[in-house]
Amino acid sequence: MRQNEPSAHPWMANSLADIKQAMLKEIGARSVEELFEQIPSSHRLKRPLRLPRQLSSEAELKRHLVDLLAKNENCEENLNFLGAGCWQHHVPAVVDEIVGRAEFLTPVWGSAQSDHGRNQAWFEYASQLGELLAMEVVQLSVYSWGCAIGHGIRMAARLTGRHEVLLPRLIDPERLSVIRNYCEPQEMARHIDVVQIGHDRKTGGLDLKELKAKISARTAAVYFESPGYLGGIEAEGAEIARIARAAGAETIVGADPISLGLLKPPAEYGADIAVGPTQPLGVHMNCGGGVGGYIASRDEERYVREYNGFLVSITETSKTGEFGFSLASAHQTSYGMREAGKDWTGNSVYLWAIANAVYMSLLGPKGFEEVGALILQQAHYAARALARIKGVRIQFPKAFFKEFVVNFDGTGKTVARINKALRRHRIFGGKDISREFPEFGQSALYCVTETHSREDIDRLAAALKEIVGK
Amino acid sequence: MSGGQMSEKDKLATYHAPVWSEPVVMELGHPGRRGQIFAAADAKIRKAVGEARSLLPAAMRRRQAPGLPELSEPEVQRHYLHLSQETLGMMGISLFGTCTMKYNPRVSEMVAARPDLAALHPHQPEDTLQGILEIIHSFDLILRELSGMDQFIFQAGGGADAAYTNCCVTRAYHQARGELARRDEIVTSIQAHPCNAATAAAAGFKVVTLQLEENGYPSLDALKAAVSNRTAALLIGNPDDMGIYNPEIREWTRIVHEAGGLCFYDHANFNGVMGKLRARDLGFDACMYMLHKTFGAPKGGGGPAVGAYGCSRALAPFLPTPVVAKTADGYRLDHERPKSTGKIREYWGNVPQVMKAYAWARAMGAEGINEASDLSVLANNYMDKKLGEIRGLSRSNPDVGKWRMEMTRWGLGKLKEETGVGTADVANRMADYGIDPYWMSHEPWIVPEPFTPEAGEMYSKEDLDRWVAVIARIVEEAYADPDLVKTAPHAQAIHRIKSAPLDDPKQWAMTWRAYLAKHRHGQEAG
Repeated sequence: MRQNEPSAHPWMANSLADIKQAMLKEIGARSVEELFEQIPSSHRLKRPLRLPRQLSSEAELKRHLVDLLAKNENCEENLNFLGAGCWQHHVPAVVDEIVGRAEFLTPVWGSAQSDHGRNQAWFEYASQLGELLAMEVVQLSVYSWGCAIGHGIRMAARLTGRHEVLLPRLIDPERLSVIRNYCEPQEMARHIDVVQIGHDRKTGGLDLKELKAKISARTAAVYFESPGYLGGIEAEGAEIARIARAAGAETIVGADPISLGLLKPPAEYGADIAVGPTQPLGVHMNCGGGVGGYIASRDEERYVREYNGFLVSITETSKTGEFGFSLASAHQTSYGMREAGKDWTGNSVYLWAIANAVYMSLLGPKGFEEVGALILQQAHYAARALARIKGVRIQFPKAFFKEFVVNFDGTGKTVARINKALRRHRIFGGKDISREFPEFGQSALYCVTETHSREDIDRLAAALKEIVGK
Repeated sequence: MSGGQMSEKDKLATYHAPVWSEPVVMELGHPGRRGQIFAAADAKIRKAVGEARSLLPAAMRRRQAPGLPELSEPEVQRHYLHLSQETLGMMGISLFGTCTMKYNPRVSEMVAARPDLAALHPHQPEDTLQGILEIIHSFDLILRELSGMDQFIFQAGGGADAAYTNCCVTRAYHQARGELARRDEIVTSIQAHPCNAATAAAAGFKVVTLQLEENGYPSLDALKAAVSNRTAALLIGNPDDMGIYNPEIREWTRIVHEAGGLCFYDHANFNGVMGKLRARDLGFDACMYMLHKTFGAPKGGGGPAVGAYGCSRALAPFLPTPVVAKTADGYRLDHERPKSTGKIREYWGNVPQVMKAYAWARAMGAEGINEASDLSVLANNYMDKKLGEIRGLSRSNPDVGKWRMEMTRWGLGKLKEETGVGTADVANRMADYGIDPYWMSHEPWIVPEPFTPEAGEMYSKEDLDRWVAVIARIVEEAYADPDLVKTAPHAQAIHRIKSAPLDDPKQWAMTWRAYLAKHRHGQEAG
């Protein structure tokens, strides 16, 4: 055995002296260094890279990664009630198997023929989401819900030639920050004004009076969510859409697709464009790295021509009766038209579109009804259990789906303190929103899903009772 | 003879894709079948809150169940396994230029699936996230060393999103100086990736596009003429997709800086220069790496991806939040950055992909990263030599006699003229030999009938020989029997698709609902 020669790296087949020599000989070069002749010497880094020690042994690398990650605490060893845009839902085992398939996991693009199966899976993502939304056009997913809203608003601005969007004040600050970037600062020629509408103090829904007062011929779109950031179901969706339509504005609705087995599809109460998160449909939380966003509309050409990304259409092949799938109206993207394209597109979260497709196929209509009912009942049970604790109040106790605001003002304790105490019970309490929305005092946004059991909720209630009673 | 021990016959081994004729999932199943069941709520819960529907406002209850398929669990599994098998998906040889095809280490996939990463919530208390924050910070330090930049963030969901991040940071920077209203132009080149021009426009800037000279890059005079006190930034890649390195790039950054603009290095083509040069040393204020390309994280057929965005200390205050910071007590998320441009995507990025890129960088080490660049440039020039021997092919910028970087653009213009067979036909035909179709070119096509192979460091010399042998064989076919290539592919799951319906509003159908309505006259719709 030749002890002194470095080992070939497992991921580089040609990292052997004899192969490199043979290739150099074939092209007539004396050394690999010679091949970098285009780069002026003054541009070159003159020293070796200073990086941590190489771990080319898989055993060593795995140990290193596992040891690092073991410094985390996770939502399986703790009882988790955090949601707020990234939710702990059940991920069926088959979903994980399919998205782990090398043919889906590793490549970038092929052709409509060579990569037929993936294109079909993408079409099935759009088709099934289209059924949940009752809409005919669904684009391949974008980076996140916030990004989907951003693109939706820009679509509406182009469709109407107007530059203002009305949206709820009770919106996730993360999403709002993304939206503001998509709407551009005031200095820019196509800046879109973001005007926020307050809420009805009783229901938490959009304040219709304020909406009517603020909507005008400048308004490109009205955006609202159901369920919204604080979990509330907007009962006046149809009225909001009517007000928007009367003003010549588009209605954009944000909806969590896992709620749509029970909740009315946005199109049925007047949405022109629907957007929302895709992470609930079979994607792990991944520390926030599981998020994705959908955009959908009716199949009208004026909408289709405004999409920024990839629309996968079914089509025929040269063999009678056979079908295939490819990109429709593709020239309008930035790949086709550079700066004249619709916004921009690129790599997004297309593997998650396959996860979503598998998830929707596994659930079917009955599965969505069941999971929606279970979430809804458990969340309401939890809210009522917590409301029985002295000093604890639910902010909008009536119409919510999986999230609700728990107010602790009556306990005399801050959310920060309560959440810290919950840690001793191995519980991650709800997201502290007391800085985001000071008008709700010391409040936390709690999330309950199908992954919880009644015992979990009772455990939370008992722990909180103990903590606030001290 | 350079084919090693592999015979010509082996190189062109017969291939046929699996043909499952898998129906659209919407047509599968049987009413009542179930793939997942969720238990009814506990009896105590039902007693306490009543029926689920009673908890919803009447106006917002769904009336008709969604028209989803009803399948058993193994039916769903088999359907999607069949679809995966009907996807060549880099199981052939994929030299997909500009995308830097790499092996995606399975050890990282296994680690990423553990609850210590998959079941983390981004709003967990920071002391419960110390492991992942340490990984992100450690990887930030690795990228700082590779680039010379002072801070990286990973929020962008891909390379284009990082270009967009750059435009947002550029806006915030000029806004803070009170110059944004005037500095409304971004300069780029026709050879830069379309996302640079597109994200600049989407961020509200006017786009100034420089054309190329004979030597493959725009002239300094053209740059000087384009730059002024209206210039917000330069967005440029180097080397370009032709494998040409712009040796004047330092002069470029100087000129733009003198005019008060910022310089962004789109490092999409980093693979050939890793460890050879650093963006900051060339005068750039910011740069971007694609972790799903250069750094070994999987591409997923188009994400989840990461555009790692790094910048100088002067630009760091304008970065999107949060930024991972190291303190005496460990790692934390810095949200309090008053000059920040805000967020370009929720949370802190595709965190598992960052872990995978960190794992890749650790497994490669400084020596492996340097070797990967060497091998990718060697492999490209090796392929250039062999492709140059095939009739009908021509190399872009034939007057540039120097060795190319890690990829070269080739053209089939002559083949098209002489046989009618174009680059899309050849790409389709390649799949019949079990080779993944190549990348042609971004728009606009500067080289007629382009294709852009990028060998990278993963593929063996035997793989490269086979790839070239397949091109040579298809060229022979084109001259002998052009229809064979023009009607390709012939050995795939399906035949050549009809593209006319894809741009026809009366025919396109992006969902099954639309398909039923348009092509089956709504007979099954509902």
